Formats: sequence, C-alpha cells, structure tokens
Amino acid sequence: MGPFISPFSNLLCMLLGISFTLWVTLLLVFIIVPAIFGLSFGIRGLYMKTLLKVFKVSWKIILFHFRMVLIYLCFFVLHLFTGYYSIIAKEPTSLEDELKEIRRNGSSRELDEFEMSDTFYFCRRGIESIVDDEVTKCFSAEELESWNLLTRSNYNFQHISTRLTVLWGFGVIIRYGFLLPLRLTLAITGISLLVVFTTIIGLLPNGRLKNFLSETVHLMCYRICVRALTAIITYHHSENKPKNGGICVANHTSPIDVIILASDGCYAMVGQIHGGLMGLIQRSMVKACPHIWFERLEVKDRHLVAKRLSDHVKDKSKLPILIFPEGTCINNTSVMMFKKGSFEIGSTVYPVAIKYDPRFGDAFWNSSKFGMVNYLLRMMSSWAIVCSVWYLPPMSRQEDEDAVQFANRVKGAIARQGGLVDLLWDGGLKRGKVKDAFKEEQQKIYSKILVGTQADRSRS
Amino acid sequence: CVCVTVSHSQITRLYSRFHSLDKGENGALSREDFQRIPELAINPLGDRIINAFFPEGEDQVNFRGFMRTLAHFRPVEDNEKNKVLTPGEPLNSRTNKLLFAFRLYDLDRDDKISRDELLQVLRMMVGVNISDEQLGSIADRTIQEADTNGDMCISFNEFTKVLEKVDVEQKMSIRFLH
Repeated sequence: MGPFISPFSNLLCMLLGISFTLWVTLLLVFIIVPAIFGLSFGIRGLYMKTLLKVFKVSWKIILFHFRMVLIYLCFFVLHLFTGYYSIIAKEPTSLEDELKEIRRNGSSRELDEFEMSDTFYFCRRGIESIVDDEVTKCFSAEELESWNLLTRSNYNFQHISTRLTVLWGFGVIIRYGFLLPLRLTLAITGISLLVVFTTIIGLLPNGRLKNFLSETVHLMCYRICVRALTAIITYHHSENKPKNGGICVANHTSPIDVIILASDGCYAMVGQIHGGLMGLIQRSMVKACPHIWFERLEVKDRHLVAKRLSDHVKDKSKLPILIFPEGTCINNTSVMMFKKGSFEIGSTVYPVAIKYDPRFGDAFWNSSKFGMVNYLLRMMSSWAIVCSVWYLPPMSRQEDEDAVQFANRVKGAIARQGGLVDLLWDGGLKRGKVKDAFKEEQQKIYSKILVGTQADRSRS
Repeated sequence: CVCVTVSHSQITRLYSRFHSLDKGENGALSREDFQRIPELAINPLGDRIINAFFPEGEDQVNFRGFMRTLAHFRPVEDNEKNKVLTPGEPLNSRTNKLLFAFRLYDLDRDDKISRDELLQVLRMMVGVNISDEQLGSIADRTIQEADTNGDMCISFNEFTKVLEKVDVEQKMSIRFLH
C-alpha cells in the first residue's frame, strides 16, 4: 500500500506548493505592491465596466420574462425624481392654512374658535406618516432600480427564469469561491501588517522620522484594506484635503467610511476603545501616532471629550481629527442631525461628502440587523464597493452663529454635494424615542391659533 | 363584506411598509411599532390614531386590519360618487370617513361624545397651553351648538350635521401615487 500512495501524495504536495506560490505571487504583484506605492493597474475599473454589462444583460432577461416589472419601472422613474421611494404625495400645507381652508367651506367662523373638524388635519398627517415617513426609511437599506444578482437586495428575482438562475448561480460561485477568499487573505494581510509595523514604529523616539514612517505605514495598510473590499473610489477636489489642526467631518454610512477616507490622507481617529481584535488594532495604532481613544465611561463626560479634542486640535503637529457627527450609521440617502459637540471647538472644519453607488453592493450597516462580522462578510462577498468622495472647501464658525447653526450649515453643504436629503431629525431615533418637546411644540402652535388673539387681547 | 378597490402595486408597497414597521416579525403590529415612527409620536392625536387600528380589546393588528383602517383614507374617485351603491358602503365613503373622525373623539366607544371625552381630546391637542376653564368653556360651547336633542352629548347624526358643509372627502384622504 505504502509505495502506491507515496508518488500520488508527492504529486499532490507538489501541486499544492505550486498553486500556493502562484497565488501569493499574483497577490503580491497585482495587489500588494501597487497598494504600497499607491499605484493602480486599472484592473478594478475594467472589472466595474464588465459588471455593469452583466447587470444590463440580467435586467433584460428579467424584463423579458416578468411584465409586472413594468410597475416597478414607474417606481424607478419616481426614484429618479424623489431620490427614494414615495408611495403618497404629502400636502405641504401648514396647520393654519389648512384650518382656514376647512372653515372657509364649513362655517363663517373666525380662526380663533374651536371646530370639530380641526382634528382632520392631525388625523391626516398621522395617517400619512404611518404610510410613509422620512425617518424610519433612513435606517434600512436603500431599494434598487435593477437587480444586481445579489439576493440580499430585496427581490426574489432568481426564480424567474432558468437563464437568470444560472447567471445568479455563477455569481454566487464567483463571489463566494473566488472573491471572498481573495479578499479575506488581503484583509488579514493588511491588518496584521498594520499591527506589526505600528508596534515596531512605536519603539522609535518621537520625531520627524517616526511621523513619516507612521504615515507611510497607515496609508499602505489602508490601501491594502481598500483592495480587500474591492472599493473603487473617486476622489474629487483633493485640493481641499484636511490639514493639521483641523477637524474633518463626513456623513456616516458604515465603518468602511474610515478606511475609504484614511487611504487617501492621514487622520487622527476618535472613538471608544473596544475589546478583542478591534481593541488590539486601536492600541497598536496609537503607539505610532496620537489617536484619540476614550474609555467607555469617559464617552459620557462631554467636557472631557471636548477638552481632549481641543487640546489635540491646538497642537499643529498633530493630524486632523476625523469625526462623524451623525453619531450612527444612516443609509446614504439622507444626512441626519449633526451633533454640535465637534462644532463648538472652534477650529476649521473640513466637510467631506461620501456617496456610495448601491448598484454594486449596499454598504449601509444596519447594526440592529447584522453584527460587525456578519456585515464585513457581506461586504466582502458583494461585487464591489463603489463610491465618490468630495472634499468640500473648509468652513469656520461665523461670529453671529452658534454651534447648532454652524452644524446645520455644514450639514447642508455636505447634503447638497452628495445629492442626499437634508433632514433635521436626530440619528439617535434609530434606537431611542423622540423627545416630548417636539410634541409640545405642535400643541403650542395649535393653541396659539385657537386662543392666541384672545390672550393678546387680555394682556393689553 | 365592505371593500375598497386598491391597485396591486399599492398593496405590494403597503405590505412592504407593514413589514418594515413589524420589528418583531410576527406578522402583526403592536402599539409600540407605531410609536416608533417619530412623526406619529409627535402628533398630538397620535395615540388616538394608533388606537383606531386596534379593534376593541386587542393589541395586535394584522395586515388585513392595517389595510382596512388605511382604506378609509383612500380618495373618493369622481366616478364612484355617482355609482349606485352596492349593499354596504365602501370604507372610503363620506359617511365612513366621518365615522372614523367621530371615533377619534369617542374614547369609550359608546357612540356618544360626552363633555369629558371632548375635553380630553381638546387637552391632547393643546397640551398645557390653555387653562382648564377656557378649555371647559370651549367644550361647552361646542356641545351647545351641536346638540339638538338636549342630552348634553353629541351623537353621530349630530356630528354629521355640524360638519355637513365641510369637504370631508378631500381633507380625510391621502393621495396615493400609482
């Protein structure tokens, strides 16, 4: 038995050895070395064009087989105009105008007396918000116009025809059999290089050499991670890139935002120290250059947070801080309220708008549905992450505006550039209840209409 | 049974909405699911509107019940106004819309709006900004004007009479996009 098996097992070992060497060489030549030097062969661009052609073909198959899809086409036209699906047309009238209109027909009474039909306005608004409201849809993934061969994109199209199922099947094989292992290898390489090199650099004395090396290492490892996600990023207006002593603010869609921004420039990160692998990465990063990590308890202390941020910002030798003022992940169709903390510090703010193209893979992290590991696996088994990054011109707080107004101004600029809807609602509504103060405001408005004139009369 | 014609695409879209509100994924909505909508939570009559979805004594509403309640708000098409009514009016007729509004006031579902119930609803709409006396006088005046049979309560017929000139069809409808 022995002699029969051994030439076979020798052959097997040889084959494994050759394929492993080939694999590593290909990886090195085509991906890692360009990442280190910031070059590109244009492979990803070609890949993107091919994918778009494939999507077009699969969409043609769907249209041919499934005529009901014409109904969806109407939604797509609406999508183009409204930015996201609406099912109803909301009347933008105010409470006062609407009450006047009701009374005009009903009775000859003035506005400042109660009518039983006053409830109609609140009733209709309530029902409209049940059918379609602008906040809850920010916390779930955006719906797509055409199918991108991923079953996670809300439709069950793969059962329509055999051709489509075959195409989808190929897609699954390619994504899980080829792309996912490739990307996992790259991710592991990138992260381990980051941890190892930053720890080594941490041993050097502080100075220009240390800073230079730390920046190089950070950039290199982030670029490898970018390729690990097959992220195809277009940077616009790089002349506005954040400089030392400033704060960079961006809209938040997923943890990948950090990788995308940090592969094009060096930032000081802000965040809470985690345990496990994340904590290991954080602790080694801070050895090479000063990032701002908070313990869990310190995060609640707003003064402490503000003090550390402003100390960092005053030191011009330190890197610009990267902050996501929304405080939570939003689904990239809109921008929600910016928390005013980072806008009170008083340094220059560099706004950045990030917009993902959902056709290749939805980057939004729905943290109530998926954990971090699940999310990263989904990212790595999508086709690609395609996004655009716009660096906006720096802004400073004017003398006559307070932190909240400044925050809203920056938010408006980011929303305009990224083509996102500018909302006033707090991202914290993802998990928490809305404040009672808003309801009291509505009640106040109605009371003013009802008895406002009488109160004025009694006061004078 | 009473039914309203709703297009296939509207049903699909509303089912998708029902599903996204149903965080517990058990095929039914509870009151908390509704209160998670911020715009509804800040509506002064939010609780009354939510209550309209739940039949007496129940605290879960399935998709059928959800659609039934929403069907009240479908606009009345012009060609439907002139049609001969089949037995049982459609849910979005003027009468049924008024019934929906009436039930908003009628807290204990005894088909009468008493002074207390009117006061409670008024209090919901104005919050703390108006005194008890003023609110009381508003309620008294409203009942006086509407009440025709002297029982100090407003019945559904009296309610309908008061609002006979109001364009209920337009104000209690939401425009669906096809």
